[in-house]
Amino acid sequence: MSAVALTPRPARRRRRRTIAGGVGPIGLGVATLWLSVIVLLPLAAVFAKALEDGPKALWDAATAGPALAALQLTVSISVIVALINVVVGTLIAWVLVRDEFRGKGFVNAIIDLPFALPTIVASIVLLSLYGPRSPIGLHLYATRPAVVIALLFVTLPFVVRSVQPVLMELDRDAEQAAASLGAGNRTTFRHVILPALAPALLSGAGLAFARAVGEFGSVVLIGGGIPRKTEVSSQYIAKQIEIDRPVNAAAVSVTLLLIAFAVLLGLRLVAARSQRHEEA
Amino acid sequence: MISVKGVSKRFGDFTALDNVSLEVPDGSLTALLGPSGSGKSTLLRIIGGLEYADAGTVEIRGVDVTDVSPQKREIGFVFQHYAAFKHMTVKDNVGFGLRIRKEPKDRIEARVSELLGIVGLAGLAKRYPSQLSGGQRQRMALARALAVEPKVLLLDEPFGALDAKVRAELREWLRRLHDEVHVTTLIVTHDQEEAMSIADNIAVMDNAHIEQVGGPRELYDRPANRFVMGFLGPVASLDGALVRPHDIAISTDSDEGGREAQVTRVSHLGFEVRVELELPEGEPVFAQLTRTEAETLDLASGDIVWLRKSVGGLTLPRDGDPRFVREHDGLDAVA
Amino acid sequence: MVVSDRTRITLRVVALGYLFALVVVPLGMILFRTFEDGIVAFWESVTTPASISAISLSLTIIAIVVPLNVVFGLVTALALARGRFPGRGIVQAVVDLPFAVSPVIVGVSLILLYGVGGWFGGLAESGFRIIFSLPGMVLATIFVTLPFVVREVEPVLREIGAEQEEAAATLGASRLQTFFRITLPAIRWGLAYGIVLTVARALGEFGALIVVAGGVSGESQTLTLLVHARYIDDHNTFGAYSAATVLMGLALIALFLMTVLNKKRESE
Repeated sequence: MSAVALTPRPARRRRRRTIAGGVGPIGLGVATLWLSVIVLLPLAAVFAKALEDGPKALWDAATAGPALAALQLTVSISVIVALINVVVGTLIAWVLVRDEFRGKGFVNAIIDLPFALPTIVASIVLLSLYGPRSPIGLHLYATRPAVVIALLFVTLPFVVRSVQPVLMELDRDAEQAAASLGAGNRTTFRHVILPALAPALLSGAGLAFARAVGEFGSVVLIGGGIPRKTEVSSQYIAKQIEIDRPVNAAAVSVTLLLIAFAVLLGLRLVAARSQRHEEA
Repeated sequence: MISVKGVSKRFGDFTALDNVSLEVPDGSLTALLGPSGSGKSTLLRIIGGLEYADAGTVEIRGVDVTDVSPQKREIGFVFQHYAAFKHMTVKDNVGFGLRIRKEPKDRIEARVSELLGIVGLAGLAKRYPSQLSGGQRQRMALARALAVEPKVLLLDEPFGALDAKVRAELREWLRRLHDEVHVTTLIVTHDQEEAMSIADNIAVMDNAHIEQVGGPRELYDRPANRFVMGFLGPVASLDGALVRPHDIAISTDSDEGGREAQVTRVSHLGFEVRVELELPEGEPVFAQLTRTEAETLDLASGDIVWLRKSVGGLTLPRDGDPRFVREHDGLDAVA
Repeated sequence: MVVSDRTRITLRVVALGYLFALVVVPLGMILFRTFEDGIVAFWESVTTPASISAISLSLTIIAIVVPLNVVFGLVTALALARGRFPGRGIVQAVVDLPFAVSPVIVGVSLILLYGVGGWFGGLAESGFRIIFSLPGMVLATIFVTLPFVVREVEPVLREIGAEQEEAAATLGASRLQTFFRITLPAIRWGLAYGIVLTVARALGEFGALIVVAGGVSGESQTLTLLVHARYIDDHNTFGAYSAATVLMGLALIALFLMTVLNKKRESE
């Protein structure tokens, strides 16, 4: 007995229903509306304002003296912070994964503190140590190092938490193979371990950078906000709004957003490409 | 009892089912058998209401359920990876459907105990699924599905995640359960041995189509095409035809006619004996003999023998339809 | 690779030293300065009317923001994890957007939208104030806390797969019943973690609020804005320290909860 093939019924218009667990088109609509109203609409308003007087005006506003100075300062300091984090973050992750000592759990928990701590508290905390009443004689108020320290504080978790899981999952066989082939520790680290960590390092560094360029609360007290010296872009934007120059504020905002987006997008592309290599 | 007519389903570019029709007899244990990607799971899920067909209809007991939600189809569904409710105890899992129906508590208790007894999990009511073995979890899943007295029981590769021994045990146990409980059961599997050993009725599927439907014996002895033949048992090729290796008669006497061949290897696999031969053109062939037959012939490597197809043996022409004969248990030799 | 003992100790010392200098010492400093004059002084500083008002405002914002984020976050996570629709990547990216936006820009965007002269400026003129008022602060806080619930719940939903939910459906459970009896229990720790992150972030919001609300004492001043105002405007360093200590205590509680919930998540 073979299968009976009947002439098929013409395809009817089916009511597309979700079957289990999903939220269906209504749920999707609600989510989209929510995201649009909360996130997209406000950002659209910023872009619209920045372009209100035309792209040239945007360019002029973003490259005006103090604005440009703030931007250069912000970007360069953020790059430095990201780089320091790459080194120190890897080191800390290494110690947390490969070393054993009493209180390691506690140390591991502290790493997340900058995530949980309000930025203004970070600022005042650093101020108490490095500000005018510093007990150790380090008076860094309103200096660039102060800004760097503040940003290092808030970006601490990014690289560490990015590298830690990769380090934990690392296949020790590759290291042992290298050792059996005569590679010393430095060589093994440089040629076996580091490449494996590279995607996580990039990702963590990128996140740290994106966070640093937009940082405000932790810098605002200890940085002093001196134009051209310690004023970061976020402070510049806040000031422009205060003195009722919304177009300026919007212009520099757009610049900052584009920089952050570009970095994060670039990271995604690099990550996608390196994943393809790994699967190849 | 389950009547599928002209069902088609596509996922993007991929056609999972192409105008498939099937009748599942009431009270039977029917298997949907096929390789992965053949569409069998999709068909099962459409019958169960977990997917919706792009075209065609599904009827259960005469009622058109094509657009009906799975909640209302009165089916039981058992998943390959158990789908146990991890945060509930075994007895809460089994009683879930009854609690949804707002049955009174004592009735639920009684029914759950009864079912746990039937599936052999009586002492494990208060355990959590994570504390059970795979086989136990699947039996729990079965109890859960049966608790609401479904009209139809659908099983999607229910033993696929279990190891061979447990699989064999549970398979027999399922057959016995079916004999007692008599619910129309439809089971999806890629294991022909499983299908052949427990199903009354098998629908063989390949590549979005149903190739043949019938009882195990019928499918084995009278396959409709090369695919079914190869999927359900070993195949050898002789004289431009496909033949079952145990339907190749070996004779040491040229008088009985047949094709000349040289024995290359004789393997004793317990009850059966496998004889690998080579035809003059270099083509390999193999035959299967019983121990007694092999003892009678007393073959050794290098012997020249003559091969014939046994009387009454099944053959299918080899060429024409490009459909291949599947590798099965590594015993096939496709010339 | 096997590191020599000396290298290992050196690395450990450097790492711990860095953490000590960057995190532990400054925090310890604040605690010291806050309590060096005794606990009574601290208590009085944080129970002034301005302080009580700030605490209450912070809590009010949280009380509004958390339920909204839970409801909409769950819907979004379900849509992303269970839905098959084009543009999933875009939705995913939009959910992550708030991480890339400076808080000050959040504040600016809301002013441009709801302030006088903004797209919805008409609202302000008709008396329903968003800027310099609670609604604006709530909107700003929702913006910055939006990703947390979604990001914590979505991977769990993906991991457990739809099978349990499908099984529940075949057993007769409606979508709502399935959600409350099957889905929610399965994601509870991820959800709890997301809520803790949301609360911690909401408590800590500063940049967006100072732009959008100005921090008028007793009216639009949260605890974070109070810290800032006390230091900058009142030159009340001690007051700033003590308010900061309250926030720090709450942050430590949040950190503790995060650690506990992480363990629960991993053990499942």
